[in-house]
Amino acid sequence: MKILTGNDLPTGDVIWWAGDGWSRLVADAVDVGETGDDLARREEAARHVVGAYVIDATPSDDGPRPAHIKDRIRALGPTVRPDLTLKPADPNAGQWVI
Amino acid sequence: MYRYDQYDQSIVEARVEEFRDQTNRRLAGALTEDQFKPLRLMNGLYLQLHAYMLRVAIPYGTLSGKQMRMLGHIARKYDRDYAHFTTRQNLQYNWIKLEDAPDILAELATVEMHAIQTSGNCIRNISSDQYAGVAADEIVDPRPWAELLRQWSSFHPEFTYLPRKFKIAVIASQEDRAAMRLHDIGIELVKRDGVVGARIFAGGGMGRTPMVAPEIRDFVGEDEIISYIEACLRVYNRYGRRDNKYKARIKILVHEIGRDEYKRQVEEEFFAMKQLGLNPPTAELDRIRGYFADPAYETGLSDDIDRSDPAFALWIDQNVKAHKQPGYAIVNISLKPIGGIPGDASSAQIDLMADLAERFSLDELRVTHAQNIVLPFVKKADLYAIWQELDAVGLAEANLDLISDIIACPGLDYCSLANARSITVAQKIAERFADPVRQRDLGELKLKISGCINACGHHHAGHIGILGVDRRGIENYQLSLGGSGAEDASVGSITGPGFDENGIVDAVEKVTDLYVRERTEGERFLDTYRRLGMKPFKEALYG
Repeated sequence: MKILTGNDLPTGDVIWWAGDGWSRLVADAVDVGETGDDLARREEAARHVVGAYVIDATPSDDGPRPAHIKDRIRALGPTVRPDLTLKPADPNAGQWVI
Repeated sequence: MYRYDQYDQSIVEARVEEFRDQTNRRLAGALTEDQFKPLRLMNGLYLQLHAYMLRVAIPYGTLSGKQMRMLGHIARKYDRDYAHFTTRQNLQYNWIKLEDAPDILAELATVEMHAIQTSGNCIRNISSDQYAGVAADEIVDPRPWAELLRQWSSFHPEFTYLPRKFKIAVIASQEDRAAMRLHDIGIELVKRDGVVGARIFAGGGMGRTPMVAPEIRDFVGEDEIISYIEACLRVYNRYGRRDNKYKARIKILVHEIGRDEYKRQVEEEFFAMKQLGLNPPTAELDRIRGYFADPAYETGLSDDIDRSDPAFALWIDQNVKAHKQPGYAIVNISLKPIGGIPGDASSAQIDLMADLAERFSLDELRVTHAQNIVLPFVKKADLYAIWQELDAVGLAEANLDLISDIIACPGLDYCSLANARSITVAQKIAERFADPVRQRDLGELKLKISGCINACGHHHAGHIGILGVDRRGIENYQLSLGGSGAEDASVGSITGPGFDENGIVDAVEKVTDLYVRERTEGERFLDTYRRLGMKPFKEALYG
């Protein structure tokens, strides 16, 4: 599957296209098929996102898992600071990245 | 230390307001990202992996307590309660909001700080020796020159759009503590027959094509240093390659046309420059020197240190260095606790370091290119009190220049350019070699890790260097040996095929074990490697 990601313009937060808007959680990301580039242009023009790009991901029970480690780290947060990730209470969250 | 005059202050304040307007226009949609990006980069604001990242300039790594305290305040108020000291003696915040950036710059301006020229193809922060002004082996104090270069290079209209970024270092000791010859231009202040001048090196650098800068002038008088550097820049600005980002640094120009031809062109330009009379007046250099005059040192102080606390004694031996003034010492605060993140400090730790500077170091700190902090003016009688306070907040690691004093870039945990994580490898190596007896037995061993070929972690200059690469989506680590950023500067050589994250830790242990077996009396790891060559190390790794 293909999912769309970027950063929120005013805050810089990593965000994922969830079908009807943007989410901070990669689990909410939806398959954008071949529409990702058009969506990215539209959303960038609307100042909803900056630096938007399409990535490959694998569907799973927990939601899409980005294909590349860089995007998995973007999705979770820095592996060396579990307290700053989106799952600070989960000591094994970093394993999802590897 | 230098204090802003009315021109410095008004320039910085004007830039803050200009950027506030640009940011507002971006948020309102009057500027596209393509239009805004070069403007935010000129103010040190990058878009990184998780958020915006702000790089704050710390000229030649020098800070007052008040400035350090402001850095902690910003980390607490606008970031996530910590900040990262970099290999360019600067500081980075990892979690900045665009909408907050103008306010942050305004707060920085209140303590004579900014983020100007911390990005872009311009002359970046001038770096220098962290022991400047206090080192026992210093020929002259390099800080007035670093400050003069800072003023000369700030907003220099001719050098705002160079072919590529440009880094200058100034030192004034035979021992090079600033990796001077791995800069685009390196300046070594020297004295010849009692006259102060400079040796000039050009065309060094790391990145994908590492090179040690050749000397291009063995002496230029102090009143002509600026003109000579300007001539070096002019030749580069004219002929540096703008068609290929990867061949745009001055090192490629010097390498392609040759050191002699580059020097010939610089000398020709220098001759023309001299006729223009553009060197700053002596009175201006003298004015700047006034800011760096020796403080009123107390005299008659004892050099005795009570070493009865063994942990304190270890710290003294490893992290405290000789000062030029009797009764005083230079304190190195390691930002490399075992298992910690190299160069990171919490707001509370930053506050404490500011406090220690104000109480014990004549209100001054230095940031080192090895991502540590220096208190340059400490009375030996105060060392134990300082150590106790550092120890209480986890800043008393006694590992300066040892294997766990690792330089590491932010790597893939933070950086959008990175191919692999650096910090995790640094943590694992530090933990593997955590035993202080073992570390000290290994002696001086500079281990440096970069998460990509841009080499922000200076891996080429590591006695042991590690480069993270992306092998079909999997992190992989190349090992190199024999690099040095010191006065014996050299570029390390790759040992062979790379390793995974655990394998690279084992590989480091194999080469250090070989060193322990083969070293002769007094040899550092680097010396043994240079004597034996790569072959036995390769056999130990792959044989």
